[in-house]
Amino acid sequence: MMSLPLAYPERRIDPARAIALKLEIEEFNADYCAVLDGGQVERWPEFFTEDALYRVTARENAERGLPVGLVYAEGRDMMHDRAVAISRTQMFAPRHMLHVLGNTRVTQETEHGEVIATASFLLLQTLVEGPSTLHLAGVFHDRYARVEGALKLRERQVVYDTAILANDLVYPV
Amino acid sequence: MYQSQTVIGRTLAAKDAALEDCVWPADALHAIPDWVYTSSAVYEKEIEAIFHGGTWNYVALEAEIPEPGDYKRSYVGPTPVVVSRAEDGSVNVFENRCAHRGAEFCRHSQGNAKEFVCPYHQWSYDLKGNLQGIPFKRGVNRAGGMPRDFRNEEHGLRKLRVTTRHGVIFASYSERTEPIEEYLTPEILADFDTVFPGKPLKVLGYYRNELPCNWKMYHENLKDPYHATLLHSFLVVFGLLVAGNKSAMLVDTVHGRHGTMASAKSEDKYAKVSEENKKEMRSFHDGLSLRDDRFLEFVKEFNSPWSVTMQTIWPNLIVQREMNTLGVRQIVPNGPDSMIMQWTMFGYADDTPEMQRHRLRQGNLMGPAGFLGLEDNEAMKFVQEGVRRASTATNVLKLESGKLGTSDTLISEAAIRSMYAYYRQVMGFSVEHA
Repeated sequence: MMSLPLAYPERRIDPARAIALKLEIEEFNADYCAVLDGGQVERWPEFFTEDALYRVTARENAERGLPVGLVYAEGRDMMHDRAVAISRTQMFAPRHMLHVLGNTRVTQETEHGEVIATASFLLLQTLVEGPSTLHLAGVFHDRYARVEGALKLRERQVVYDTAILANDLVYPV
Repeated sequence: MYQSQTVIGRTLAAKDAALEDCVWPADALHAIPDWVYTSSAVYEKEIEAIFHGGTWNYVALEAEIPEPGDYKRSYVGPTPVVVSRAEDGSVNVFENRCAHRGAEFCRHSQGNAKEFVCPYHQWSYDLKGNLQGIPFKRGVNRAGGMPRDFRNEEHGLRKLRVTTRHGVIFASYSERTEPIEEYLTPEILADFDTVFPGKPLKVLGYYRNELPCNWKMYHENLKDPYHATLLHSFLVVFGLLVAGNKSAMLVDTVHGRHGTMASAKSEDKYAKVSEENKKEMRSFHDGLSLRDDRFLEFVKEFNSPWSVTMQTIWPNLIVQREMNTLGVRQIVPNGPDSMIMQWTMFGYADDTPEMQRHRLRQGNLMGPAGFLGLEDNEAMKFVQEGVRRASTATNVLKLESGKLGTSDTLISEAAIRSMYAYYRQVMGFSVEHA
């Protein structure tokens, strides 16, 4: 269920090309985070290809090769259904989320134009009358496809270090 | 939210009552006093009388420790233990505290070991928790060392009683706890054995979260079929559970402490909700449908009239069978205002790859990001904040009033009533004179 290696992957890409792709990916992720942090969860599936895999899972699962996901979506339609459920039917206390990304690292570009990359993230959560708390910390393990010239995620595995999650995870990461 | 993140974190003295002030309101069947959720003294007594008392506490699945030397960290109540399989194949449970200076020596959540060695002074224990070796036991150059009368066998790890049922491991501090089959009682055992028929399990992974609520609320929530169709509009909209579906809230007939919330999904994927019932359900959303409804499919793999059984097994286990998504949830109480939930999701070793993927897709219903799971977590957090901070002090429990035990209507609180009748007796609480 994890087609991307979790352990340190060696770079297999020309440095100049990696820098160009890194900038493009950083732009992509800035938009991705802006949509989620801006409360536009129903636009979140737009960042994925039709057949994409999205999974949020604890590091202990990823390291042991266990397939379960806190969130597990096979395909953009499942992401759409989750987004609609969250924005229209689910009950939860109001909150703001803030993603902070860094260490974007491009390790490979395949002959089919797929790009393999990772980025570290911190996810902050702020509840009504609450402090901002570090809700989740981890790494995006990503595989991008190029669709009509633009990057789209074919796979995003959100692997978090946070051993014990505070209560729940409402929005996608 | 963690304790350190709670803004107004002080519990008023009236809610943090001493045991001698804990007297149940006179109409005991229909009221729950807030102090059961908020008093530190009550919490301490629960650890002693319940988790360390005559109960079987879930600690692990045998599938997690299949080979000799395999071990896993776990808990009985809030007490850290290690579950270990010895060379002879036996399963052993002992406290994760070195008998010497108290270090919690086992630090990896799972692993395989030939022995356990405390890193502080390297006292070593075998896979059953017996003390094997002490460095410099006889001193150095005839100086120092243990006294002559020191006996290793008197300084092993604290061991618990262990029992298993079809691959599920339980531990107990009490010599008096009845055999597990008797402990579970016939009706509860029947649904338990449906999920655990004895065939090999395959662990699919773990979730862990802190719920900022009292541990008993988790039991109550799964003994409260009333909330299911009201809080979880997802269940209703997509036809998984509708007031009027064939359902039951089963309560064990011996003590009233275990339960099974059971329901049978209708054949249609999407529910038909009558106009009359819609009016009662504010959270109902008409006309929503899914783009990918594969995860609502129910593969009939069990010989059971129910498509869903959620079992509350006293005091620390939930067995989840939500259609084809299976899991055990272990409650770790963490003070009156908090609990840790450790989820182990699994399938069967003989699942096809497609069946495993189906379980994973359906897993989106449950867990800390599940469509049902997160709403429960939010609701229980709201209740804990309410009972801890408000000036009023009682919960109302009047649905299907007077009734205890199994109920065949969803609009009932009889199972919660049964649990608290049992709880009052175990905890020795008296009831106020009317």
